Amino acid sequence: MKLSNKQATLLVLALLIAITPFFFPSSYYYRVGSLIFVNGIAVTGMVILIGYAGQISLGHAGFAGIGAYTCALAPVHLGLHPGLALVLGAVISAAMAWLIGRPILRLKGYYLGVATLGFGILVSMVLANERDITRGPDGIEVPDLGLRGLLKDMGLNLNNSEFWYGFTGLALLLGAWLALNLFNSPTGRALRALHGSEIAARTVGVDVARLKLQAFVISAVYASVSGSLLALQNKFITPDVAGYMHSIEMVTMAVLGGAGSVLGAIFGAGILTMLPQVLTVFAEYEQLMLGLVMMLVMIFMREGLLPSVLRLIRGRGE
Amino acid sequence: MKTLTTTASATALATLMALGLAGTAMAEIKIGASVSETGPAAFLGDPEAKTLKMLVEDINANGGVNGEKIELVIYDDGGDPNKARTFATRLVEDDEVVAIVGGTTTGTSMAIIPVAEDAEVPFISLAGAIEIIDPVKPFVFKTPHTDRMACAKIFEDMQKREITKIGMISGTDGFGASMRNQCLSIVGDYGIEVLADESYGPQDADMTPQLTNVKGSDGIQAILNPGFGQGPSIVTRNYAQLAIDLPLYQSHGVASKGFIELAGAEAAEGVRLPGNALLVPDLLAEDDPQKPVVTAYKTMFEDKTGTPVGTFGGYAHDGLRILVDAITRAGSTEPVAIRDAIEATSGLVGTTGIYTMSPEDHLGLDLSAFRMLEIRNGEWTLVE
Repeated sequence: MKLSNKQATLLVLALLIAITPFFFPSSYYYRVGSLIFVNGIAVTGMVILIGYAGQISLGHAGFAGIGAYTCALAPVHLGLHPGLALVLGAVISAAMAWLIGRPILRLKGYYLGVATLGFGILVSMVLANERDITRGPDGIEVPDLGLRGLLKDMGLNLNNSEFWYGFTGLALLLGAWLALNLFNSPTGRALRALHGSEIAARTVGVDVARLKLQAFVISAVYASVSGSLLALQNKFITPDVAGYMHSIEMVTMAVLGGAGSVLGAIFGAGILTMLPQVLTVFAEYEQLMLGLVMMLVMIFMREGLLPSVLRLIRGRGE
Repeated sequence: MKTLTTTASATALATLMALGLAGTAMAEIKIGASVSETGPAAFLGDPEAKTLKMLVEDINANGGVNGEKIELVIYDDGGDPNKARTFATRLVEDDEVVAIVGGTTTGTSMAIIPVAEDAEVPFISLAGAIEIIDPVKPFVFKTPHTDRMACAKIFEDMQKREITKIGMISGTDGFGASMRNQCLSIVGDYGIEVLADESYGPQDADMTPQLTNVKGSDGIQAILNPGFGQGPSIVTRNYAQLAIDLPLYQSHGVASKGFIELAGAEAAEGVRLPGNALLVPDLLAEDDPQKPVVTAYKTMFEDKTGTPVGTFGGYAHDGLRILVDAITRAGSTEPVAIRDAIEATSGLVGTTGIYTMSPEDHLGLDLSAFRMLEIRNGEWTLVE
């Protein structure tokens, strides 16, 4: 049976998620795994925005912040179940992305980068300063999702890290599946045309403005869900989640691994999430090494790490 | 397709190996720490990390605890609560430590708490906020005094000077805002009225307008500035420039030599703040129980690092001392036994104060831990 690219990617991802736990010496590795998945979800959104549509955003952590704080606040103030708060966060993020996307997506290149950067900083400032609601820079507790307890009642007793590994792993698979479907849809093709050349795409009748907005809104939802899952998992969140560094991290992960491919971007998320854990001994040089890796990838592997490595292997095989 | 799977599995394998390599060898007593050595809270976390490493080395050189050596597993969370939580998980699950000291900021401490509570491993936090120990959580303790205690100390001093009407100017950062709220909630108990309540952002470079407002309020007798970092230094400088002739109170958040240098000795003249014994070891009475402890720590830290000792490293000193004392008394390295022993800490002399814990009090300090200090000619002096 011949597998399509989409099926192959999903299969690899599912196998990786399912098999690696057999090699885990302790449940700390589940925690690292679930962080990779949470970042992977945000980065999959970046693939749609950067890889498919060719737009840049330096403010997506803002949406992660909206998602995270909705999970912290909606259960307390609106009495919503934390799971529904995740959905509400995604809806708010989508609405916000739609509202701000309409004017700022007219911008290109650096201008778009700076405008989105401004949005991200704005969100993190609101979260830090509206202390009557958000409790300010010291952060706020997030209610328990309750699903783990439910599974326990059903006879499936998982520890916290194991549960979140499984839960975020499934969420990542779902996110990757949706993104890959989009890639192969007419919208996906139009997005890629837009990436190739905006003028050419417009000439063949692609509604450029609408498509850019769509990609922006979809990627915002991914970022929001990722923020929500992080908040629910940590049961505590600070405005750092919406910070500028987090936005840059998302872009870096996508570009490092390969912004054009879902698997590549998730691979990038994996590397950058694990790096600080592996490099604890060199903690002082972490930023330096990160910068070096990034520069080397940009100079020698412009498609990103995974696609370039794959091409190298394929080239040798022939 | 085949190549894709091969690469992916190779990646997974490499990943596992890399993570595996990061693990460490077995030791006798493993104590974990996650502090913010780098990042925005580095001025707190760096002396904390240095203190922990230095003390563990010293304890081991002197025969260890109950005849066993301590191994310190220390991670740098960069002030990021998400990282702190991951490192706490790693300490508990992978390194299998018997207790955790750390959590430099309130944010990182709050992120570590659920992990420690879940795993039933004692955690001694080095952060200020009262939320960490109120309500009391079985496995969570902390060493720095709370904002509310600093407010109480300041208001007591104001009462002594018969000050009843004050103005406040607070930073909007986590520390300043939290202390402002705590001060406002207890100010009434001291018969003091707050006539002006101004604020400034953590990055602001000039507080003259706010201070002019405070100064302009009728009948004001003193100014209180809850804040952290550079803000209080600027307030102090502006206060001198405006020639405000009222007593100025700063918080324990700026109890370091750096504050006097930044504000300038002339501007800081007469400023009062609640500090701890560590700042003034030479001024302590000979029979003060804290004198030998703070002198020993100050000498050791300054010899070892070549940098002046500060309040924040002292929090780590006290955290480790409490832990080591508890392990000694428990005669066991079982986390639950250690927890029980920490809760029974009694009369332990630290640099911050003298700790006596109880099931209702996981901080164990009272107001006597604070000394009211006044800056004279660029030096700390004791008021009392």
